[in-house]
Amino acid sequence: MVPFAGWSMPIQYKDSIMESTIWCRENGSLFDVSHMCGVSLKGKDATSFLEKIVVGDIASLADGTGTLSVITNEKGGAIDDTVITKVNSDHLYLVVNAGCREKDLNHIEGHMAEFKAKGGDVNWEIHDERSLLAFQGPKAAGILQGMTKSELNTMYFGQFRMIDLNGIPCWVTRTGYTGEDGFEISAPDERTLELTEAIMAGEGMRLCGLGARDSLRLEAGLCLYGNDLTQDITPLEAGLAWTIGKRRREAWDFLGGDVLKAQHAAGIKKRRVGLVIKGAPARSHAEIQTADGQTIGEVTSGGFSPNLKKNIAMGYVEKKFGKAGTELKVLVRGKLNDAVVTKMPFVQTTYFKG
Amino acid sequence: MPLTVRSSAFSTVIDGAKYAESHEFVTIEDGVGTVGITDFAQSELGDVVYVDLPEVGATVSKKETFGVVESVKAASDVYSPVSGEVVAVNEELADNPALVNSSPFEDGWMMKVKLSEPSETDSLLDASAYKAHCEADH
Repeated sequence: MVPFAGWSMPIQYKDSIMESTIWCRENGSLFDVSHMCGVSLKGKDATSFLEKIVVGDIASLADGTGTLSVITNEKGGAIDDTVITKVNSDHLYLVVNAGCREKDLNHIEGHMAEFKAKGGDVNWEIHDERSLLAFQGPKAAGILQGMTKSELNTMYFGQFRMIDLNGIPCWVTRTGYTGEDGFEISAPDERTLELTEAIMAGEGMRLCGLGARDSLRLEAGLCLYGNDLTQDITPLEAGLAWTIGKRRREAWDFLGGDVLKAQHAAGIKKRRVGLVIKGAPARSHAEIQTADGQTIGEVTSGGFSPNLKKNIAMGYVEKKFGKAGTELKVLVRGKLNDAVVTKMPFVQTTYFKG
Repeated sequence: MPLTVRSSAFSTVIDGAKYAESHEFVTIEDGVGTVGITDFAQSELGDVVYVDLPEVGATVSKKETFGVVESVKAASDVYSPVSGEVVAVNEELADNPALVNSSPFEDGWMMKVKLSEPSETDSLLDASAYKAHCEADH
């Protein structure tokens, strides 16, 4: 167990990180991610408020769908990444990182006060009375289907439903942080243990800790906030331009939008890339060099991929060195190891898109 | 060399070896020490995916880093329990680092050192003292 953002979290359960990472992609794993912070924004102006502080086109989301988005600062840097669900036009539901909770809530609260002072109708509920489980892997959907009457084969990646699982009222989003098909399930605290036991009774289900969660998200090419995405990195640099909806990219009418507009017009100088590395695994802060020894960036997270059996990493390099196939070097403990820029995700993702 | 293996709830120790508190072992034969990490160490680290070893001919010193063991989650320094010249390293570990997990005291050995100060080993722990040290860690 390790301290993590004020919580005590398991790095691993009984399985090793290697076993656990492979198990999730072949079977199914349950993660207790209750440390993450769920927030609802309610009111008839909730969407126009949220659009002031995130880059996504929330107005265009259909009811019951969600998307990854970025909360930006005045400089266009990322305060956090978040999954936003439009429950309906008067109710938005966000999940933000535990490590960013205080910062995010202060930020939202400050902007909300300003917005309300101008007559905007929006209020929040912080869901500390609920727990969050992530249920991921190819067998997850089958097991969950046995617990609900709701037809999960018509529920696609990014979609959200308020449904009962074994009679427990849950908020279920078909999403995750592994690259696999799966669900994130918000349940009332007092019934979360019961829900966990019911899921774990499914054939071949195992618990998965933070260690494998990190390996899985790295294999899936997903950013870890604090490493691969920070307040000094913009969504354009992070390869998250797709989260800026078309309408938003015309108006640039969100916090830091003017900076991003200029950066978009001038072109980014650095970008996030995937790397496959020979020799020792490269971890965050390892220097990235060109073949002729020029330093062009650094690794932001990396390690050994249990599923691919090779070292993978992501990091930022000068844009001209960011094409897939570019041969680079990574410095680990004084040794320069061969690295190749590689398209992400490193593994094939299996999001359920119908 | 015949080794007596003792298992405990935590891990295995072998009687013929001497141990450092930092969880490396050395077995000595004809003035040459075979060095590796203990069963307790490998089980704490988890799956070993890469091992950085010194060059043959390099000099190592007691309590100084001689290499790095990488698991899925982290890189950990390993410390030499003895001083001397490296006369061999386990080349097998380049292709099969998991030998450190499956056979820490035998196939997963890391380096052989020609001892420059054999008396140094007097201050290392024997198997029972090391076992007690590991249990105290938990």
